[in-house]
Amino acid sequence: MKKNMSYMDSVHYYGRIWGLILGALIIAVPLVLCIAFSAVPKWDALVKGLIATLPMYWAVGFIEIFTYVPMLGAGGTYLSFVTGNISNLKLPCAVDAMERAGVKANSEEGEVLSTISIAVSSIVTTAIILLGVLFIVPIQPILENPVLEPAFEMILPALFGGLGVVFISKNVKLSIAPIILMLVLFIFIPALNKGTVGIMVPVGVLFTLGVARIMYKKGWL
Amino acid sequence: MEFSVNHPLIFIIVGIIVAFVLGQSVFFLVRALKRAKELGISSSTVKKTVSSSAIFTIAPAVAILVGVVVLSKSLGVALPWLRLSVIGSLSYEVIAAQNAMEPLAQDMSSVVTDPSVYVTVLWVMTLSIALGLILVPIITKKVQTGVSKIGMKDKKWGEIFSNAMFLGMISAFLGYVFCDVTYIADGHLQGLTPVCVMVVSAVVMAILGICSTKFKIRWMTDYALPISLLCGMASAILFSNIFGGYAVPTV
Repeated sequence: MKKNMSYMDSVHYYGRIWGLILGALIIAVPLVLCIAFSAVPKWDALVKGLIATLPMYWAVGFIEIFTYVPMLGAGGTYLSFVTGNISNLKLPCAVDAMERAGVKANSEEGEVLSTISIAVSSIVTTAIILLGVLFIVPIQPILENPVLEPAFEMILPALFGGLGVVFISKNVKLSIAPIILMLVLFIFIPALNKGTVGIMVPVGVLFTLGVARIMYKKGWL
Repeated sequence: MEFSVNHPLIFIIVGIIVAFVLGQSVFFLVRALKRAKELGISSSTVKKTVSSSAIFTIAPAVAILVGVVVLSKSLGVALPWLRLSVIGSLSYEVIAAQNAMEPLAQDMSSVVTDPSVYVTVLWVMTLSIALGLILVPIITKKVQTGVSKIGMKDKKWGEIFSNAMFLGMISAFLGYVFCDVTYIADGHLQGLTPVCVMVVSAVVMAILGICSTKFKIRWMTDYALPISLLCGMASAILFSNIFGGYAVPTV
């Protein structure tokens, strides 16, 4: 590791090292368990399961990288793509932190605060899941209580209602077109629902960037 | 070695990986804290970022635990612990497990006893999320450098670019909130629940924002998002009772 490396370069350097080691560890888990339990996967079921899952997940995963990297920053990306739960936790957490501090995602201040926010969120999530695993027997009836079910299921509307009001109130002109487009699409296309919202994020982002560019060039922003 | 979904070996392997991921978060946190100091970001801003991020995370993390409980009925505790602590997402993992179990005629609510079934499910879940693991270390630098250049070339456009990205993402989620409203005409009012939850959360956020500005109460701004999130989630229980659920039942 070179001493004269800039902060950003070192984030990429260490991010790659941690990411590649973790990737190898994750792939090693099924391999080790196959050997330890002398188990061979059921090939036909494996192929069917992969056909049902992999194309969709890889397509979404590919688009997610290009969509989320500019919003999360480098450090935030290396952490978020390892710890997961990006749209329902890490990204709103980082966006809120940057917004309150008044810094932009593409500045170094934004990069640093986004990393701090996502690192803290990842540590807290890991700790809560660990506690949940340790005490799964007593907490299971609470988590599965039908009274609480709507609260857990409605986390995205509860999250984006609050986040939306902040961003829309500060960018009213720019918000109109993407919101109208998404409302029309989600209301009139039955295939669009909670399960497919992930695919619509890049559509919304690209459309808004296009609209923003036109409005900026025309001097409307 | 005799197989069990809760075999100590699986817990040891998962424990090592979770500890590694925790180590990565601490490593990046320490470096970012040092850099924040060098950049002159005030310690109060940093402290507030840490505390509000921690508090905000609690409710979504508990919701993620629900996913661990759902998956633990068939896969034991260790594997869901791994999948939802590392890379996995609440919505993706349950679907991936279902897709893997379907051809095996394995029920999501009965414990897997055959090690071949277990490793098959594990391979499907692992390979399905492997793309991010491979691509992120390779292309993040290129994408991030490209975006930084936009801001350097034209500062104003850089700011608009950043806002437009967030708005694009938020608009997609706002659209999803309304996805079931067309069924109201058929008497299915459940689609109104997410809309009302979003409105409650937005109103609470707006009130907190106005109050914090008017009365200069800084903590309200710092914790506005977790408070609006919790109010929205709590209102979901009420609206779900009023409208008979939160999603239109599939026929």
